[in-house]
Amino acid sequence: MSHLISILVFSPLAGILALSLLSSKNERALKLAGLLGALLPMLIAVIAAASFERSASGIQLAEQVNWISYKMLKTGDAAYFSIRYEVGANGLSIVLMLLTAVISVLAAVGSWTVKRDWKSYFIFFLILELGMLGVFAAQNLFLFFIFFEITLIPMFFLIGRWGYADREKAAYSFLIYNGIGSAILLIVFVALFMRAGTLNYGELAKILSTNGYPGLGSTFRMSVLIALLVAFGIKLPIVPLHTWMLRVHVQAPPSIVMIHSGILLKIGAYGLFTFGIGFFPAEFKQLAVWIAVLGVINLLFGAFLAIVQTDLKKVLAYSSVSHMGIVLIGFAAMNEAGLKGAIFQLISHGLISALLFFLIGVLYERTGSSDLKDYSGLAGAMPVTAGVLLAGGLASLGLPGMSGFISEFLAFLGLFKVMPVIAAVGTLGIVLTAVYVLRAVLSVTFGPTRESYPVGRDMTAREKIPAFVLLGLVLVIGIYPGMLSEPLHTVLDTILLGLRG
Amino acid sequence: MDLQTLTSMNWGIMAPEFVVLGTALLLSLLDLFMTGKKSRRPLGILAIAGIAASFIFLYLQFGDPGASLFHDMYRLDSFSKAFKLILLLGTGLILVLAYDYQMKEEEEYRGEFYYLLLTALLGAMVMASSADMITLFIGLELLSLSSYVMAGLRKGKMESNEAAFKYVVTGGISTAVTLFGMSYIFGMTGETNLYAVGAALRDTSILQNQFLLVFAFFITFAGLTFKIASAPFHMWAPDVYQGSPLPVTAFLSVVSKTAGFALILRFFLLCFSSAPGIKGDQLLLQVQPYLAVLAGATMIAGNVIALRQRDIKRLFAYSSVAQAGYILVPFVSVSALLFETTWFYLLAYLFMNIGAFAVIQAVTAAAGTNDISGFEGLYKRSPWLAVAMTIFILSLAGIPLTAGFAGKFGIFMNALGTNPPHYILAGILMATTVVSYFYYFNIIGQMFFRTGQEGPRIQHKNGLLVVTAVCAAATLFFGIFPGAALHFFYNEFQFNDFFQVMEQK
Repeated sequence: MSHLISILVFSPLAGILALSLLSSKNERALKLAGLLGALLPMLIAVIAAASFERSASGIQLAEQVNWISYKMLKTGDAAYFSIRYEVGANGLSIVLMLLTAVISVLAAVGSWTVKRDWKSYFIFFLILELGMLGVFAAQNLFLFFIFFEITLIPMFFLIGRWGYADREKAAYSFLIYNGIGSAILLIVFVALFMRAGTLNYGELAKILSTNGYPGLGSTFRMSVLIALLVAFGIKLPIVPLHTWMLRVHVQAPPSIVMIHSGILLKIGAYGLFTFGIGFFPAEFKQLAVWIAVLGVINLLFGAFLAIVQTDLKKVLAYSSVSHMGIVLIGFAAMNEAGLKGAIFQLISHGLISALLFFLIGVLYERTGSSDLKDYSGLAGAMPVTAGVLLAGGLASLGLPGMSGFISEFLAFLGLFKVMPVIAAVGTLGIVLTAVYVLRAVLSVTFGPTRESYPVGRDMTAREKIPAFVLLGLVLVIGIYPGMLSEPLHTVLDTILLGLRG
Repeated sequence: MDLQTLTSMNWGIMAPEFVVLGTALLLSLLDLFMTGKKSRRPLGILAIAGIAASFIFLYLQFGDPGASLFHDMYRLDSFSKAFKLILLLGTGLILVLAYDYQMKEEEEYRGEFYYLLLTALLGAMVMASSADMITLFIGLELLSLSSYVMAGLRKGKMESNEAAFKYVVTGGISTAVTLFGMSYIFGMTGETNLYAVGAALRDTSILQNQFLLVFAFFITFAGLTFKIASAPFHMWAPDVYQGSPLPVTAFLSVVSKTAGFALILRFFLLCFSSAPGIKGDQLLLQVQPYLAVLAGATMIAGNVIALRQRDIKRLFAYSSVAQAGYILVPFVSVSALLFETTWFYLLAYLFMNIGAFAVIQAVTAAAGTNDISGFEGLYKRSPWLAVAMTIFILSLAGIPLTAGFAGKFGIFMNALGTNPPHYILAGILMATTVVSYFYYFNIIGQMFFRTGQEGPRIQHKNGLLVVTAVCAAATLFFGIFPGAALHFFYNEFQFNDFFQVMEQK
């Protein structure tokens, strides 16, 4: 049995240990330790991805250890309710773990702008990374929940201590909304556990696909699915459960928003995909129309509001809402193209929004503002930054040749096959996306150059690395999507098999 | 009963109680003969030694088969052992904590505190190990009376007097209510032994008085909610917690509550497990909706009112009311996991709550006020204390990897593992847990987000450090490896002896 996944998940602990040994005054060493602490998981993630058998289906690199066991005496013999520690990876989760590790490293680079308390900042940062890796590695619901909650606490601190002016409110609203989400999840998970007797993904999927399993009637399934939809809908977020996420986008430090928008939001989609579609394909199909409608609402609502925002961070926050609508649209299609599009969108948006928020961090560092009014003619003063911003914007609006295009195209292709009318309404969103992205990007890039810009302070080498790495990945996926679709293939096959019944 | 029968009885099984009793007597004599000015602190060490000895005797009994004295008036069974473990552990930690407590002008009463705490513990232990209404009631009263005095130990302080007075009055009322309910049960069965009561209630002749039986159930239950501070008798908690010396507050919120739960479980499960309800159904099933309402009301009242508290001790009083509501959930749903999950949660609650009170003691002593602002910028002043407090609060809020979460997960398994599942109760539990985030995380926010004025550095006292470290370590350990506690539970305790009548050996 290989322990690669466990090592990967807990590798941020090495960084935490190193950080805790350093003096809290030594800024350089702390930042370096934080960066190295994030590099280590990336290294291991690459190794794990390399040893991952792409063509094989099922869970790979799986590990299992007995953990907790409840003995329930039922008329004579004892029934055991066992919870195991089990991790592993399928094609989707290995990709998401890799994405997590990469974005964390880049966000660690982006954290250079943090002004105080580096020690506790990087400790929370690495705990957050541990939680995110664990969420994707977990192979049972208990573990998923634990890692899910582990991401909550460091985020609360990171927003509340290192955010902007209104940070505490943002931290509390993050905590409460997500608390409600995990509250619903916990009830659902325990209810499933008590009825099916297991929490393992594979075993659960098998039990749920057997007809007439006692205690798992159709009403129960439907209510569980709706509960999951609400719980992950808060995380994703689905309008109208999105207000907390706007606050976080605006108030959290940019490097944390890179992670938040790049990965944490994806946990909602990952959960919806793995548990919603994976466990309850038939029920999901019944709800598909509603999910498609919700997706289109997300898409249009986010896009419309992004058009009128005056703060660059808010534009991107609403753009995230809008882009998550495409994920829902892809899910609702319930066919190969749609699901593929949705998953592509997860990864693509993870990269693009991380890139854009990194750039906001770069700009804020120099000007102390993210208001669109304060920007104009950036192309003259900071040509590289302006160029990357434009490229990121184009990727975001789905320019062919970049990752955004593939995902939007596939998602809509899928939906047009099954619900052409809703899809047609949804395409409006693509137009609106172009409008708000170009409006924001162009007003920053072009126009007369402001006198107030610090001259000659374009991106430094340190800042260029994350920007170009992210942009490179966006382009690579756009040009050669096969790189991504290969490992996803077997996952989609399994899901599609479940859909056909 | 002649001397020979008395000496022939197996008194050895009461060894843990005798040790506690002996220590209490010894301490009271020593206190009496010590000169007035002399420090009473050494008595604390003696008290801790007594608890340790009692603990060892209890530990030695773990392998023993069950036994009883006076026809189950006193029982040595898994149930009593499991709960006495928590009671002794809790009191031991509180004594260590109390060693550092500054009594200021009331320093001369320190000796009283020690032996009153021990007699209270003795009462609690009797509550855990008795299966007879008379002895259960004596245990209850011994615990209550000692607690009343302890609440008023700071005689010079108005609020301490207020606490003691309110505690006596509400306590007296609830005792009267309890006794009133018990008298009905006795009247219908003619028995005081719980097993005999249970057998008598199985009789069909009881069916004529079903309504009376349900009435008796609720009256007794309402009276006993006083000890665990749940609705309807929970309103004493904030005033008493606020006014009492801090170690007493910790004792009331942990040990006294655990004893209350032991009594409730023992009493109601033994008496009513097979009693018929109105029109056929089992009584325990029929009363479930009403008990659920009480548990729900407790959780809602505790958590919602806690939102508006500025005084940290009042806040923790409401928090402990809310926690009582959580712990009631397994009892309400009566699933097969009732004992281990209740026991586990009480164990977790012991560590997280005593730990939190240890930090509160340090912080309020340094700040000179009970106001929550005393926690401002604690992370800057003493980071380790802030980290420990964060662990306790996360555990109380039920965040994973703490014992509180593992306990809450068990409670959920109870609520949702029965047929039909208690979705509403589970929903209330979860919703109120989210509400509790507001006030729990507010404390965290005070410690980490606020800078606070440069307060005096908090002095680290040894006893306090030990308690905080032990509690934090245990909270984390049982959070990451709840299996360890469960394994211990299943190995050491066979709870099927709970319903067995033991003949005196």
